[in-house]
Amino acid sequence: MKENGTEKFMVFEGVGVTYGGGADGTEALKPTDLTLSKGDFLALVGPSGCGKSTILKLVSEVLAPTTGNIFFAGRELGATPFRVGMAFQSASLLPWMTVRDNVMLPLKIVKPFKTEFRAKRKGEYRDRVDALLEKVGLIDFADSNPWELSGGMMQRTNLCRALIHEPDLLLLDEPFGALDQFTREELWQTLQDLWIERRPTVILVTHDLREAAYLASRICVMSPRPGRIVDDSAVEFPRPRHIDLVFEPDFVTLVQRLRGKIVHTPNTRKLDAA
Amino acid sequence: MTQSPLRKIAPALLIISFFVLWEMACLVFGISHLVLPRPTQIVSTFFEYAPAIWPHAQQTLYTTMVGFSAGVVIGLTLGVLIGSSKLAYETAYPLLVGISSIPKVAVVPIFVLWFGAGTVPAILTAAIICIFPIVVNVATGIATVEPELEDVMRSLKATKLEILWNIGLPRSMPYFFASLKVAVTLSFVGSVIAETVASNRGVGNMMLIASSSFNVPLVFAGLMVLATMGIGFYTVFSLIERRVAGWAMRKAV
Repeated sequence: MKENGTEKFMVFEGVGVTYGGGADGTEALKPTDLTLSKGDFLALVGPSGCGKSTILKLVSEVLAPTTGNIFFAGRELGATPFRVGMAFQSASLLPWMTVRDNVMLPLKIVKPFKTEFRAKRKGEYRDRVDALLEKVGLIDFADSNPWELSGGMMQRTNLCRALIHEPDLLLLDEPFGALDQFTREELWQTLQDLWIERRPTVILVTHDLREAAYLASRICVMSPRPGRIVDDSAVEFPRPRHIDLVFEPDFVTLVQRLRGKIVHTPNTRKLDAA
Repeated sequence: MTQSPLRKIAPALLIISFFVLWEMACLVFGISHLVLPRPTQIVSTFFEYAPAIWPHAQQTLYTTMVGFSAGVVIGLTLGVLIGSSKLAYETAYPLLVGISSIPKVAVVPIFVLWFGAGTVPAILTAAIICIFPIVVNVATGIATVEPELEDVMRSLKATKLEILWNIGLPRSMPYFFASLKVAVTLSFVGSVIAETVASNRGVGNMMLIASSSFNVPLVFAGLMVLATMGIGFYTVFSLIERRVAGWAMRKAV
């Protein structure tokens, strides 16, 4: 099934989610069709409470759809095991582990790596972690404790942890939301470099339209709750993209067009459980 | 951490001045050694009776350690079970609080009834007196794990056991060691109570006999032995704590 990077990776067929169940439940996601290709970098943008995070929960199998089906590699979700890497807004590093051990954690948990964890933790796995840390510029901090890092360094570590086990699918839930503008742009670069090198399929949830336009190859705009996809467009800027791109007219036009698609309905904000 | 030399020796200074003041107060006010012996009298009594004290101290140390170890194993197990489930937490808590509210001296006669006087009641008392603080602390440590940490594990499809082993247990270690330091001193209290009530061996029993023959300095020598053992174990667990759970203090280990 492996070809030019456009084969069907994950397919949503009429997938809807209603929290609470029954007729009086809260509809979080209207029945949605969505096809994700291997190697896609999809950004989900939309107002608060539009079901962006619900989609992440669905694909990571934390949540089951109320209606419809999700297929992975042509079979129902769960039938074919696949690896997920996840990073949230809070870096949530384990304070009792060094940076290196934090990054190594997925190798201890995820098949098939965990079967050989004891044998390889000091050799192959360690080299692998160090290579990744080297790439994001954290190798000098491999033996540091997480609380000794700055916010940006913590998120770099978090990204490494989400990628170390070579996930089929990388899920990013506003990973740079808590960072200042400069650090955020630095991390855009880091993430783009890692993506170009490893080409995981990525779903990025973000509030930041510039972030979406800069990083993604495809942007889905979602409506306010109950969420549905109101716009689905490809982003054609050549890679690697440089940060100066954000000042170019085409980029600004794209961001403005996206902004126009997003309708804010403040009264649904309190429902933003996602 | 940089500490001035004064800060390092401050605890020792306090202890020394405490004993010096005690000594001087006894001398100045002419207090009889039958009421409150002077520290020097206590120390000389200790050396005089050392061969006689030694087997008692050994016995107390033995019962306390066995009881404390049992208490740690049981407390840790219960704490993990209770902390892992909200239902268990809410269900078991009232019973635990009830049991812990019972004065432990009151259960010694029951143990004596069941197992006879001697070593076993002392071990059991030492064990049950230290279980509760351990259970509460470990359960709290596990129950208060940040949901984000669990989310990370769940996205990796970790099992409940893996989450407990990699997140819950390490997360509760600072709580566990905080409770150990309290528990080990409580264990001494438990075993000495049991020895006082129902045993013919141990420091508690020795102190009881000494006080009935008005050998007050020997009673205080017994207290000194207990205090020394208590400080010793507290120090040991502090050192282990710093190695195992030092991350909680945000200090380089």
